[in-house]
Amino acid sequence: MAQLSSTLLYIAFILYLIGTFFFGGAIRDKKGKEKKEKDRWAQLGIMTTIIGFVSQLGYFITRWIAAGHAPVSNLFEFTTFFGMMLVAAFIVIYFIYKISILGLFTLPVALLVIAYASMFPREITPLIPALQSDWLHIHVTTAAAGEAILAVSFAAGLIYLVRVVDQSKPSKRTFWLEVVMFCLITTLGFVLVSTSFNLADYEAKFTWVDKNEQKSEVVYNMPALVGPHEGKLVKESADRFEPFVYMPAIINAKKLNTVIWSFIGGTVLYVLLRLVLRKRVAAALQPLVKNVNLDLTDEISYRAVAIGFPVFTLGALIFAMIWAQIAWTRFWGWDPKEVWALITWLFYAAFLHLRLSKGWHGEKSAWLAVIGFAIIMFNLVAVNLVIAGLHSYAGT
Amino acid sequence: MEHVKCECGHVNPHGTAFCESCGKPLEENTEKKLLDMRYEGSARRSQTYNKTIVDKIWAFFSSVKVGVALIVITLIASAIGTIFPQEMYIPPNVSPAEYYADQYGWAGKLYYKLGFNNLYGSWWYMLLIASIGVSLVICSLDRVIPLYRALKKQGVTRHPNFLRRQRLFSTSRVADVDDVFKQVKEKLAQRRYHIREENGNILAEKGRFSRWGPYVNHIGLIIFLIGAMLRFVPGMYVDEVLWIREGETKEIPGTHGKYFLKNEKFIFETYEKGKENEVFNAAIDRVGSGTVAKNYQTNVVLYKRVGPVVAGAEPKLKKIKEYKIRVNEPLKYDHYALYQVDFKQNEPYKMAFQLMDKTSKKSFGTVVIDLHNPKPSYNLGNGYRVELLSYFPDFYFDEDGNPSTKSKVPNNPAFVFKMLTPDKPKGEVSFVAIQQTIEPFGNNKYKMAFAGLETRNVSGLTVRRDFTLWILGVGGAIFMIGVVQGMYWNHRRIWLQRVNGEVWLAAHTNKNWFGLKNEIRRVIEGTGLAMPIDQAEEEKKAAQGGQAHGATK
Repeated sequence: MAQLSSTLLYIAFILYLIGTFFFGGAIRDKKGKEKKEKDRWAQLGIMTTIIGFVSQLGYFITRWIAAGHAPVSNLFEFTTFFGMMLVAAFIVIYFIYKISILGLFTLPVALLVIAYASMFPREITPLIPALQSDWLHIHVTTAAAGEAILAVSFAAGLIYLVRVVDQSKPSKRTFWLEVVMFCLITTLGFVLVSTSFNLADYEAKFTWVDKNEQKSEVVYNMPALVGPHEGKLVKESADRFEPFVYMPAIINAKKLNTVIWSFIGGTVLYVLLRLVLRKRVAAALQPLVKNVNLDLTDEISYRAVAIGFPVFTLGALIFAMIWAQIAWTRFWGWDPKEVWALITWLFYAAFLHLRLSKGWHGEKSAWLAVIGFAIIMFNLVAVNLVIAGLHSYAGT
Repeated sequence: MEHVKCECGHVNPHGTAFCESCGKPLEENTEKKLLDMRYEGSARRSQTYNKTIVDKIWAFFSSVKVGVALIVITLIASAIGTIFPQEMYIPPNVSPAEYYADQYGWAGKLYYKLGFNNLYGSWWYMLLIASIGVSLVICSLDRVIPLYRALKKQGVTRHPNFLRRQRLFSTSRVADVDDVFKQVKEKLAQRRYHIREENGNILAEKGRFSRWGPYVNHIGLIIFLIGAMLRFVPGMYVDEVLWIREGETKEIPGTHGKYFLKNEKFIFETYEKGKENEVFNAAIDRVGSGTVAKNYQTNVVLYKRVGPVVAGAEPKLKKIKEYKIRVNEPLKYDHYALYQVDFKQNEPYKMAFQLMDKTSKKSFGTVVIDLHNPKPSYNLGNGYRVELLSYFPDFYFDEDGNPSTKSKVPNNPAFVFKMLTPDKPKGEVSFVAIQQTIEPFGNNKYKMAFAGLETRNVSGLTVRRDFTLWILGVGGAIFMIGVVQGMYWNHRRIWLQRVNGEVWLAAHTNKNWFGLKNEIRRVIEGTGLAMPIDQAEEEKKAAQGGQAHGATK
């Protein structure tokens, strides 16, 4: 069952990838290309996406059956589920607005999310006592669905920005748009670097001294550019790469090392892309979006927030509070994850107020959608991995 | 307060932008083509009066700009609070000043100096939340009352200038106006529009209730904040800790002696390889068998005190129920909830010693000492007796080198015994601690030989009673209703009017123009009416100098 589950996820991943190309075909602007032909590409795209989604749903259900609990209990499972919800949200929005370009931007984000998830331990884990509750399914799935719908707003916002930012001369706007592109590419960099070292079976074991002056061991799966506090390679790893510097004890050197490698991978990819394209990445994407209806894109971005905000509130705050009251004795405890859910909520509340009352439409609104997604990603990635808290079981 | 009378006869409050009834713009402002429909042009107090200090405070808090600024400041402050752990999450036995400096260096020191270690309980954070609360009340009142008035007073027949300045607007000439109106009316009714007619003109409206969504959700938030504030009212909130050992019966703190709890057993289980579902093997292997917690459980019996409270007397208890308290499964009774939060395994409970002749190794009986309740003297019969002169449950040598105890918890018990035997009637004194014996008055004939230790587990429970929960629940529910009401529905209006032999069609929605346009397209299909032009889009196109904006749908 567990094996079948993994296979289904793999199939889903491939199908999303193919779907992306179909959507690409749907917006290609060839001379003499009939509208009908474009529609056919789009239809192929959405069909593939739906089959992929069903396959991923199969992964979810079979894994649930295998484990006896909903597969949303660790970082891999949660992030994968987030990717699945992102695809679901896209499918729903696609049927409302029928625009292919959204697929071309949302599916790659979903692919990145799922690939990122796969870099973490994928075993089926038994539940610790705090997670043994039906609220695990209710809270986590609703929160992920809310975040995924909000992420569609990011995809639409990104389309808007790629279309509207003037690429003829460098400016603050082109710079920040490139930063967004760079972040997406760095995620890909992380995936590629992790996978390569994984395939190469790289392992380097260190002994080191933690902040409580205790000796312990740590295994690096990537060559150590930065080593742990007072770290020494153990005998069997003596031939491994010697770190350039050793970190103080309060810094998790292994995680920092991974971050550095991801940035190296991302930067290499980005520079290569720039060399090949001979222009900014966003500028290279611009022709793809030259036919989009800006008002409609703006509206999709806003609509996604309007639909996602209540779902997010319900899942990430209200259900979260109910469960926290049951499991942790109090509905609110200023745990970092809780605070970041509140921050996300406050941010989107501000977004809605600015939009409704101050008339922040179009580009301003698109930038806000991008920032909102950055906050969600921060909560998913940094708060789990960097800021330890009660939710840190999700970070191993 | 002066009023403004419109030519249609309706009397509007001072400050109204366009007539509540017919929509004729009262303040002629020809710069903008489109009317600002946001609050139906109603007269808001904050926009109308700005003389007294009350006016100014009102205007300040009713401003969306101020509201958003408060939200953003709160957001940034909250984020700062997550950089390092808050004081409640650091180990309790160290001084916070040292902890932050030790763990995080100069940054930690600064963090502590600025008071960020307790950020969410700081006066200024509270003030921020309170300001958001005030802003919620004032901004809602400022808008909802005039908006309600304007929507209630709106007429069917509108001034041509009102229609012309709507975002969606068209004029058409049709052969048979009556027939067209009839068709359109039918289709609108099918789409659940509420239709009003006057002089042959139509106002079709739906989803007006969604306009109240924002105010409903603000009410929910205010109720939530009030609930959160009530926590500080004495009696509303109980939060106590109960450490209870296996076999012990203790009064439950916070219940004023009403309830007692007995700990029958504490159970701690981990996931072990071989005992679990095979799919977990890989995960268990990675972290190690027996390291991941599976269950924390305290089997308890809840008692209620019966009869009057008599000082010094044992309370009379009536058994209420047995329960297994586990994480996620607190024991609930009479608004109290008992949660499994902590535990301590193998705390020394009873220690046994044998009174023994050092040379012959002959034993004269065993003394079992309850480490929480030691007796002053233990009689072994046949003239053998042991007196407990001193007892140090958590033994250490203090600064002067004297034996002392750190706490009442028997972590490291030590005893001063006096052994009275027939041949040593004055007794011999012996100091006995774990792994050491001191004979202060010379060589003894007898000794207290260690004969066993009995341990037990201690369960850490949290006792809670929170009378604010239902208020928070109501607030949260109202918020959700309001936010869904405002976000998932929209307020659409379509005006159809006969003007000089033409049919004028204008439409407005508070959001989702895409949906409204589609709906109008379907409603006027086959009637010969012209599809309204989106004047906002037209304006934008014109502003870009006719530069084509790509394909519009």
